[in-house]
Amino acid sequence: MPGLEVTVISGRSLSQARSRERGKFSDEYSRSVAICEIDPDDVKELGALEGENVRVKTEFGEVVLRATISRQAPHRRIVFIPYGAWASMLFGTSTHTSGMPTLKGLKATLERAPEAKVASLQEITSMKTK
Amino acid sequence: MPRTTLQNVLCTFCASGCDNLEITYDGRIVDSARNGCAISVSRFTTADESRILKPLVRKGRTLRPTTFAGSIDRAARILHNAKYPLLYGWSQTSCEAISKGIELAELVGGLIDNTTTSCHGPTILGVQDAGEATCTLGEVRHSADLIIYWACNPVHSHPRHTDRYTIFSEGRFRKTRKDRKLIVVDVRKTDTAKLADRFIQIQPNGDYELLTALRTAIKGEEIEQDSVAGVPVDTIEEIADMMMECEFGALFFGLGLTMSMGKHRNTEAALALVRDLNYVTKFVVVPMRGWFNVTGANEVSTWQTGYPYAVDLTQGYPRFNPGDTSAIDALARGEVDAALVVASDPVSHFPRAAAKSLLEIPIVTVEPKRTPTSDASEVVIPSAIIGVEAAGTIYRIDGVPLEAKKVIEPPLGVRTDEEILDAIIRRVKKMGARR
Repeated sequence: MPGLEVTVISGRSLSQARSRERGKFSDEYSRSVAICEIDPDDVKELGALEGENVRVKTEFGEVVLRATISRQAPHRRIVFIPYGAWASMLFGTSTHTSGMPTLKGLKATLERAPEAKVASLQEITSMKTK
Repeated sequence: MPRTTLQNVLCTFCASGCDNLEITYDGRIVDSARNGCAISVSRFTTADESRILKPLVRKGRTLRPTTFAGSIDRAARILHNAKYPLLYGWSQTSCEAISKGIELAELVGGLIDNTTTSCHGPTILGVQDAGEATCTLGEVRHSADLIIYWACNPVHSHPRHTDRYTIFSEGRFRKTRKDRKLIVVDVRKTDTAKLADRFIQIQPNGDYELLTALRTAIKGEEIEQDSVAGVPVDTIEEIADMMMECEFGALFFGLGLTMSMGKHRNTEAALALVRDLNYVTKFVVVPMRGWFNVTGANEVSTWQTGYPYAVDLTQGYPRFNPGDTSAIDALARGEVDAALVVASDPVSHFPRAAAKSLLEIPIVTVEPKRTPTSDASEVVIPSAIIGVEAAGTIYRIDGVPLEAKKVIEPPLGVRTDEEILDAIIRRVKKMGARR
């Protein structure tokens, strides 16, 4: 099945905030942040399973995340990714003269990626050598 | 050391300013944080985890321990030698430290920006255009009979906001949940939306249109469409009636307005809606600021430079022009040649291209815990956690200043942000005039 056209929203989640306090290199942080919350009906349409990896792509970048079925649904064709290094891969730097980049409401495609690996925090932020 | 309990401790996570925590600790270990939310408990009880304990400097590919004086000297040299240094972070430290940061920015001729820039910066731009009819959270708690959470999810971001200040609080004139109505406007049926009397599900990037439609309805004019941003006109008119019929309304809006298309025009529309409502009834607006002292960062920056964030001091006088003098824009243009990061992690949280630009320049990080930004730094100076290991002044969401307490001692040899910045300032001054 081809991917779904979706809108990406990034934001704060309770588990992201709690695990951040513990430390960004904790397993708990990666488990809470490297995820993509998808509407239950969109999960069915995509043919994905909870916990399976998915790929999200925007015009600025792409990232592989673990799919979770949203408990804050319905939100058809909207995916939620907690703030963090994984979500940051998807956003551009244009601020429309406000200083603020667009971190919510960006067009994206969502596709299954069961064979792809979710990058660790070190991997995703070590872009120095490229 | 015996087990000790400290009363009325302020939580330093979000900007709600919950100041009734009861912290029990034994030596350097906090056992419990009563009255705290789940985030607050984690903040206090895991304060000793993932800590940076020694100053570090880069040698080749690794960070190696050094002396405090050695780290200050290297940090001062980096900032002193830079042509366009960025001094970024500031919302998770005290006003006293922020004040030092601005002094340092002036000294080295830098660009100083706080996390407002990627948070409620557009709100400030909106306020500059439309004004802000506001009040303290105490007044909302005692008097508001209509609460609106627009594009925010306080159950996750400000977990005690509802029970301290809004629907579940016991105020003087509004005592229980039954005394208040709650409207939630969001693109998802969030955990906050599940508490609402009316949930309005809006299409992404539709806030400006819906806010404008509400202003139209409140002025008694006809909306010449069937729906706006996915919301039927009948519903818009019903919500407008609820707003006009309340005795005291309070609109809280979040980053759904500032981070989506429209940005400062969205916030301006929300502020203008509240202004319009004040011709009919009493209505206030309070932006849901994020970090515990992001408001303080704006206050201190405004006292000392005249501007709340994105202040360029390279010319010897302050310039404020978001889009030009803001951190992400300056990094994206590749103009910044060194960075001082205090209490923030821009390598994780800036859009990839801006983070990449940051990784190509020397970074000095002042931070209690290890982060991707500290890992990528030339110099890392560990600091005490404000509100846990260091006292200081912070500003709540509504601009009320509060005192953060020192509960436990920081790890041996670890200093406060204020002390560290003061040491860098003294070292830079000894280096004499810049090239």
